Amino acid sequence: MWRLEARPEPSRAMQLATPVLAVALTLVLGAALFAALGKDPLAALRIIFLDPLLDPYSRSELLVKGAPLVLIALGLSLGFRAGVWNIGAEGQFIMGATAASAVALAFFDVPGIWLLPLMALAGLLAGAGWALIPALLKIRFNANEILVSLMLVYVAEQFLIAMVSGPLRDPQGFNFPLSRLFHDSAVLPVIIEFTRVHAGVLVTLMLVAVFWALMRWHVLGFAIRLMGEAPRAAGFAGVRPNRIVVISLCASGALAGLAGMFEVAGPAGQLAPALPVGYGFTAIIVAYLGRLDPLGVLLAGGVMAVTYVGGEGAQFGLGVPAAANEVFRGMLLFSLLALNIFVSYRLVRAPARKVA
Amino acid sequence: MSFLSLSGLTKRYPGVVANDAVDLTIAPGEIHALLGENGAGKSTLVKTIYGLVRPDAGAMQLEGAAYAPSGPAAARAAGIAMVFQHFSLFEALSVAENIALGMPQGRTGTALSDRIRQVSETYGLPLNPDRLVGTLSAGERQRVEIIRCLLQSPRLLIMDEPTSVLTPGEVDLLFATLRKLAADGVAILYISHKLDEIRALCDRATILRAGKVVAVCDPRKETARSLAELMIGAVLAAPARAQKMQSDTLLEVAGLSLPASGAFGTALREIGFSLAAGEILGIGGVAGNGQEELLAALSGERRTRADAVRLRGRPVGALGPNARRALGICAAPEERLGHAAAPEMSLTENAALSAITREALAPAGFIRWGAAADFAARVVRAFDVRTPGVSHAARALSGGNLQKFVIGREVLQRPDLLVVNQPSWGVDAAAATAIRTALVELAAQGTGVIAISQDLDELMEISHRFAAMVAGRLTAPRPTAGLTIDQIGLMMGGADVAA
Amino acid sequence: MDLSALDPVALIASLLVAATPLILAATGELVAEKAGVLNLGVEGMMILGAIAGFAVAVESGSPALGFLAAAFAGAALSLIFGLLTQMLLSNQVATGLALTLFGLGLAALIGQPYSGIKPPSTPQLDLPGLSDLPVLGPLLFGHDAMLYLALALVAGSWWFLSRTRAGLILRAVGESHDAAHALGYPVVAIRLGAIAFGGACAGLGGAYLSLIRVPQWTEGMTAGAGWIALAIVVFASWKPWRVLLGAWLFGGVTILQLNLQALGLDIGSAWLSMTPYLVTILVLVLISADRTRVALNAPASLGRVFRASG
Repeated sequence: MWRLEARPEPSRAMQLATPVLAVALTLVLGAALFAALGKDPLAALRIIFLDPLLDPYSRSELLVKGAPLVLIALGLSLGFRAGVWNIGAEGQFIMGATAASAVALAFFDVPGIWLLPLMALAGLLAGAGWALIPALLKIRFNANEILVSLMLVYVAEQFLIAMVSGPLRDPQGFNFPLSRLFHDSAVLPVIIEFTRVHAGVLVTLMLVAVFWALMRWHVLGFAIRLMGEAPRAAGFAGVRPNRIVVISLCASGALAGLAGMFEVAGPAGQLAPALPVGYGFTAIIVAYLGRLDPLGVLLAGGVMAVTYVGGEGAQFGLGVPAAANEVFRGMLLFSLLALNIFVSYRLVRAPARKVA
Repeated sequence: MSFLSLSGLTKRYPGVVANDAVDLTIAPGEIHALLGENGAGKSTLVKTIYGLVRPDAGAMQLEGAAYAPSGPAAARAAGIAMVFQHFSLFEALSVAENIALGMPQGRTGTALSDRIRQVSETYGLPLNPDRLVGTLSAGERQRVEIIRCLLQSPRLLIMDEPTSVLTPGEVDLLFATLRKLAADGVAILYISHKLDEIRALCDRATILRAGKVVAVCDPRKETARSLAELMIGAVLAAPARAQKMQSDTLLEVAGLSLPASGAFGTALREIGFSLAAGEILGIGGVAGNGQEELLAALSGERRTRADAVRLRGRPVGALGPNARRALGICAAPEERLGHAAAPEMSLTENAALSAITREALAPAGFIRWGAAADFAARVVRAFDVRTPGVSHAARALSGGNLQKFVIGREVLQRPDLLVVNQPSWGVDAAAATAIRTALVELAAQGTGVIAISQDLDELMEISHRFAAMVAGRLTAPRPTAGLTIDQIGLMMGGADVAA
Repeated sequence: MDLSALDPVALIASLLVAATPLILAATGELVAEKAGVLNLGVEGMMILGAIAGFAVAVESGSPALGFLAAAFAGAALSLIFGLLTQMLLSNQVATGLALTLFGLGLAALIGQPYSGIKPPSTPQLDLPGLSDLPVLGPLLFGHDAMLYLALALVAGSWWFLSRTRAGLILRAVGESHDAAHALGYPVVAIRLGAIAFGGACAGLGGAYLSLIRVPQWTEGMTAGAGWIALAIVVFASWKPWRVLLGAWLFGGVTILQLNLQALGLDIGSAWLSMTPYLVTILVLVLISADRTRVALNAPASLGRVFRASG
């Protein structure tokens, strides 16, 4: 008979090991899933997890898909650390993309190197502003930020549709709800030839470093961790919870908005209703898989990007439905949450009971 | 003929033997004291009797038959009832609902309410069945627990530190109830570390030290001193009280009021007092009368009118904790894990928690973790904190060691004013003495100290003046020298009137 | 635009239908939250119920079997949440989100062959005489059995929580799991039961969408209904009867905006489609602003991890 016994303090080794174990467990569960779908499980796993690493173009696509995930998860992990649950990153992503597109289209055919920074600023502000709504409603009216930020995703989706079928619609587009294709100075430069890897990837990497330093050394990072670990101790330390709520929601909103800008100005090149593909939700998994740590998020974003690129491969190569990848990602988060217990507990053999 | 007998009960936890071959017998109608320091194994032993803990070895007998309860329900069915130290009550439920939950099966509604009234009258425990428990005072809550037990007509009643939440008047009432029960043939197992109470109430005492029975005696034939030495195993030196206090006023509190923070919190009302440099002011009172709120208002965790709190004439009431720390106010809240310290964080991080400002650990906003670790190590050395290193999590420390760390962290910052709540709660006698000595020495160097505690002996020992908190108000402080227990009782006893 | 085209009786009748999935899901979540469990996976359980109910109803031809399967699927999915949060002590917020993401994916996967099919129709309750009454007939007596079952569920939950000993124990567990454990109540088992009940109700709510309200299967068809159900529990201050009020309010807003869209109102359908979500936010703000009331009504142990001591 085995039972769980509390460790005197959290195990650092397990903190590092659980994400790896979770990926391994998910591979096993995934194999079972593919077998249940009537696909060869090993072939499916090879296409999803190995092939993206072998082919140079696929490797570059990892950067393209991984960047928005990392960027959004970076911001989310800040809030999750503080116990502030922004789960509306998808909406902030959409608003950032829409605002950046509005700027791009307002200066259509105006050349200038200032245009991309201006679009980035618009994306940051729109994302932060959209996240400011749940922040203000939480500190002023005590409204649950989970529900408000999530509701705002649906509002943002409708807003995007209203924009692309109204003010931002391509005048020559036969009434299709799409914007015009951005002109060159509104498109992010590609930094690796013959790929879609754009300048946003570099910015993302720099932001990872900035956030890592912030969480590790800065008093704000300390305050955020304190508030999440022990809210009353944070109050004793002089942390103002309302400030942390606003800062962490707006920071994550801003990064999600920036990711939206990178997406429209990078791979997409125009605003379309199909732009949001759930990065804002997948980033929640990335944040957790990365243990809410900026460097961890970077690694986790890479793993998740593999499932995106490989998932597409499996879709075309084996006819594995796209939804299977969503299930796969859900199982990854489940595995991680389940294995997490070994950070604070260990399995021990229970002594035989003397009294019946 | 004993009612319950334990033989060789042993319970091990990782790293500690909580009970080591404990023997104990209780006869019907006997009031039996279980005496020991915090951590001596009293709670584990009674939890075993009550079916909450399974022993690793040993056996229990109830009226001669083998007794091994599978859980509290089985214990209750066998006639054993328990009143917990930390009440197992539900604040948002009514008195009657709370009592119904402790009963074997569905007796509800008016029949139960009538029974409650009947029992509460018989044993002198006034209570209204329809009130929400969250609105009751600590003494009233204990009555709910006791009535819940009595309704099951128990033959053994276990009381875990029952007087820690009571005023002296309420203690007398409780003792009268317990004597009446014993006269009716109920066996009572009375857990405490308060020697005078045990000598006044109990017929026999079993003394535990480090999980082992060290003595069984008749407490009425022992002195408080001999009992204490049995309990502690060493002779203790009391800290010398700081003799001199300076005359210049350090802190002035006037018209300090604060609304209650939660649904069941306590509001502070018109608190006023002053404190001299080098003075120790002891604040007593039953828990939950606003002590926590007072500490928050002084530390800056809760802000008030600027001039409600003045430090050397300067209004500080509207400042936050770090601004007040910069001016010299440090504090140590009661709850160690979760309030004074973050459980999962390292001692280094916990040192930074309150010391960033005064120890200049983060110039330009970036924390110098090396300096923070040095400060943590200084606290560990100066206060003899037993830990393998400052990189370990706070919750890995024992309660006493963490308390020494928390107090040491504030003392080493050399504050001008130190506010501490329950400085030695739940720590062993040696640590308690060390903490009290540190407070006295700090005051001797000119720091004003406000010590909030429910341990009256502690306050009498170290403080120059004494005041009591009652329902969010503070009585006028009086010099401790010459203060009698009756006078203290009167100061604390406003509770029933105001509640 | 011709507002007179809106028939109030038909509007209210369809409001009752639109509110039913919310009533079912919110009542289940309310019971789970009363036991101290915050399961944010309602959306995932609903959509899995929607496809499970749809698939079984199509394959068997029996809507009743479909609803049964939906309840079963919702409960089964919720027990993953139960296993993780109650046995493996995982964070309830994160686990609930995982449940939603997983449920959405799984439902999409199962639902692939079922797009564009009509489900077998669920019979309306037809009481000769009563159902033919003007106004009252279509309002009160012209619905399917599930709608009445949902109302009965609300009444039953109220009775269970406030009038029975088992309900008192469940509330006690949600108030203070440590105290309940000290009294010897099996906290984890009670919570698992409440979680499964919540899952079954959410599953039924989802199946009501796919089998009666819409009725067909489309990916992501719950469109936030599970989240709105969570908001309704807050709106209801954890009181079953007020769930009805909340669900009818949202049902009313949804029906109204759909009808306005159908009338071709000039402002664009996207703007109208936002309204249920905006109303949810508005209502949350209005209810939550009274902090004391929320604190008094919300179960004190809600969302907290329980680990038995000793």
